[in-house]
Amino acid sequence: DTVPPQVVPGADSSSRQLCFAWGPAEVLVCETLFGRAGGSRSRADAAARVLTVSVAGTEVGAPSSSRVFVVRRDQDIYIQTLRKLFNESHGIFMGLQRSEEELAGKSRKAQLVQVSKNYRSVIRACMEDMHQAAVSTRDAALQAQYSTQVSILSAMELIWNLCEILFIEAATAGPLLLRLLDWVRLHVCDVDSMVREVLSSESPSKHKLFWNVVDVFVLQGRMDEARHLLSKEASANPTSMNMYKILDDLMKKMPVPSLSNTQTLTELELKWQHWHEECQRYLQDGTFASNPHMESICKILLGDEDAILEKKELMTTWYHFLVTRLLYSHPTVKPMELRFYAQSSMDLFLGGESSPEPLDLILMAAFEFEMHQVIKECSIVLSNWWFVAHLTDLLDHCKLLQSHNLYFGSNMREFLLLEYASGLFSHHSLWQLGVDYFDHCPEFGRVYLELHIERIPLSTEHKALKVLRICEQRQMQEQVRSICKIMAMKALRNNRLGSALSWSIRAKDAAFATLISDRFLKDYCERGYFSDLDLIDNLGPSMLLSDRLTFLGKYREFHRLYGEKRFPEAARLLLTLMTAHIAPCSFWMTLLTDALPLLEQKEVIFSAEQTYELMRCLEDLTAGNPDKQKFQDDIETTKVEMLRLALARNLARVIVKEGTVEGS
Amino acid sequence: QDNRISIWSAGDLGNAGLNGEYHGEPHLLCDIQHNGDVMDMQFLDQERIVVASSTGTVTIFRHHQNNQTLSANHRWERAHYHVDQDTSCGGAACTGVVCNNPEIVTVGEDGRINLFRADQKDAVRTIDNADSSTLHAVTFLRTTEILTVNSIGQLKIWDLRQQRNEPSQIFSLAGDRVPLHCVDRHPNQQHIVATGGQDGMLSIWDIRQGTMPVSLLNAHEAEMWEVHFHPSDPDHLFTCSEDGSLWHWDTSTNVSEKPSFLHQGGRSTAYLSHTAINQSVVSAWLSNDPTKDRMEITNLIPNQTLSVNSLDVLGPCLVYGTDAEAIYVNRQLFA
Repeated sequence: DTVPPQVVPGADSSSRQLCFAWGPAEVLVCETLFGRAGGSRSRADAAARVLTVSVAGTEVGAPSSSRVFVVRRDQDIYIQTLRKLFNESHGIFMGLQRSEEELAGKSRKAQLVQVSKNYRSVIRACMEDMHQAAVSTRDAALQAQYSTQVSILSAMELIWNLCEILFIEAATAGPLLLRLLDWVRLHVCDVDSMVREVLSSESPSKHKLFWNVVDVFVLQGRMDEARHLLSKEASANPTSMNMYKILDDLMKKMPVPSLSNTQTLTELELKWQHWHEECQRYLQDGTFASNPHMESICKILLGDEDAILEKKELMTTWYHFLVTRLLYSHPTVKPMELRFYAQSSMDLFLGGESSPEPLDLILMAAFEFEMHQVIKECSIVLSNWWFVAHLTDLLDHCKLLQSHNLYFGSNMREFLLLEYASGLFSHHSLWQLGVDYFDHCPEFGRVYLELHIERIPLSTEHKALKVLRICEQRQMQEQVRSICKIMAMKALRNNRLGSALSWSIRAKDAAFATLISDRFLKDYCERGYFSDLDLIDNLGPSMLLSDRLTFLGKYREFHRLYGEKRFPEAARLLLTLMTAHIAPCSFWMTLLTDALPLLEQKEVIFSAEQTYELMRCLEDLTAGNPDKQKFQDDIETTKVEMLRLALARNLARVIVKEGTVEGS
Repeated sequence: QDNRISIWSAGDLGNAGLNGEYHGEPHLLCDIQHNGDVMDMQFLDQERIVVASSTGTVTIFRHHQNNQTLSANHRWERAHYHVDQDTSCGGAACTGVVCNNPEIVTVGEDGRINLFRADQKDAVRTIDNADSSTLHAVTFLRTTEILTVNSIGQLKIWDLRQQRNEPSQIFSLAGDRVPLHCVDRHPNQQHIVATGGQDGMLSIWDIRQGTMPVSLLNAHEAEMWEVHFHPSDPDHLFTCSEDGSLWHWDTSTNVSEKPSFLHQGGRSTAYLSHTAINQSVVSAWLSNDPTKDRMEITNLIPNQTLSVNSLDVLGPCLVYGTDAEAIYVNRQLFA
């Protein structure tokens, strides 16, 4: 199977060089000046340069602006009216995954049939909306698009309904026919307007389409309605009263399968045989000879294929023909026998004039109970994975699909769900649904999720929080860190230090917390005061996330203590900061300089021990890099000298103080 | 992206009190395109709605009821923005808006607080860098005071009469600085404030005393997006969360005279404040003893899947919206 070539509107490879790069669900096609110098290059060359894309706009002196095209395969997810389909079906999907597995037998089957009906009602609701949209729009192109969508949805519901009857409910001989009759009545609606017209007219029996409508009812097995119409004809036309009575009687007596178990198949077959013979007799006796319409009805009742085929336009489709045939020739058809009737019906109906369309092939595959074929054909024909993904998942829950592994390891259900969910991820808001689908793909779901979730654009913090929550709930630690880092960097660049810190706390990212603290300290050194005091003063236990952060908090506390004139505590804290190595070496000079005012106080604050410690710190600092340029700097040397002087003076005072006998 | 502001009719509210019959699906009356995500919105008066956008713009929309249309009435373009050294100023999301006609207060990811008046082109007052982290929500404490919550777990009171750009009080949680996402004040007793956090915890604060919450209630399993006291019966509180649940917190003790909900429209404050006084002096919310006052908590959502982002409650009606692009209306809240 070849994929039809996609034309990118506006991209002209004859005028500009094109190159492309693959994304998760998209292709970027860019116009580039690569290889322009040599005149036109062959396309093979362009393809070879594929991975080295550069946006041509950055070239100096580029002749005109270049464009980048984003090519997406899946257009359907952007159709507004289909969003309801995706959202509602997601809810049904989740309900199915979570439903009780322990229910066995009949109740489980009933449950699964209900799920199938739910899916179908969602499709129908969407069809309604789409129809409304088509009717109310004035844009012709849009209207055409909506109408196409309506017919696609209608076809999807048709196929799904048939699959429900044959596979999920697995109707047996007897009820099978009734279900198929319902199916036909529901979906062949071309005749509805004609029916309405006749029924609403003043005297229906005089209407020129009267007999057509009677035929429609008979073909669809709607006996009561047919008889009702016929009675109108009989009362208008007393001469045919006799014929009418007989026909009416035959129609009334026709044996049909029932849903309840009041009769067995054998009984039904016997009764039916009897009734068939009776009809045969009346026909052969020429009872209806004078009224061709009634005669043809009788022939139809006898299952005469030619008579039924004459009413081709009223049936419009070969599957309608199939069901009518079965109704009147083989009402106790077994599921496995359907394939033969289906094939012959299609052949007879199309008669070699037209060839089967994709929809016909899909339905035929269903009648032949070839589930895989159905799924395969649908995948090819439909533009979106929605249908096959959900149908396959449901069939899998019915335990109907053998899990033969596809060549890359996962089974068909998982493959389809992965494809569908990946498509959802390229949408700016439907990606949330995709997450749940990935969760229910046991083999590769997690890997796919990890790859996709990092590519969701995080335009607001709100969105980032949602993505983070999803990652955290699934223990995707790497993604958590990466997202928090991105948000923290953004915040940092916007000078929102508090936000940046809050993100690094969420990720428990010590390295980033250190980065932020360094930024604060740098700001302090440059400006001489702390910005964002509300943050630093209220760090709380998060202070322990990183050493640098702890230092920041403690340093601020030092300033606070100093401001409150609690000098001994401040002094002790300052010393601890240096000796316990909480402070980074680069900051020691600042700390020592902070110690200066404490040393210069009238009363002695630092004890002898503490002074010795400070002196040691200073020596450590200056001894480290004797030929570093900063110590050639006058200010620095002055500072060091002042410190030494102050320390020495303090030492002197404190020795005296401590040496003095207490009591004075 | 195609974001829209829409007005829906949820059925005839006039008869809601009789039997609460099902009045049919809500149907769309009108809508209008909106630039950026809708982060928050509130009715300014009967006709005007203030909307906060993720682009940093604050817009007033007017709903014309005679012909059922919406139009943009007024717009403050760069109410919230980041100052970036490299590029030109980018917009910062406006995260919260609260109205007290004609005043409008907005807060955003840029840590800025804006005070607008509905009829004036420029902001009346702007507090730049009010917070070093993102301000997530704002609400009025008194006519001249507002409460904000931020992403380092702080609840701040700002006095708008004062010219200094500092909060008049800061409250914070005891342990980890979990970001707070929503805040609401008790309708009658203005010292009682409820906040919801990123860990789904509901905190009740008494702002007359202390800097820490009075009670911490373990609620949801994920971020609590909104918290609302019921405007006419504040013994009821509603919270919704990212985990897909919406909880109804009921501290009303089984007193025989329960306020009736057949009142429509505005606040029948005269009637209700009577009963508030007749009840015990200390509100059930502030009580520290969980065994004494029973609190009933019910999850109003049977099959939860995706996040409940927003809710609102008035009279017997509750409306909430989920990430599954669905809006739910419950018209018999106390049936």
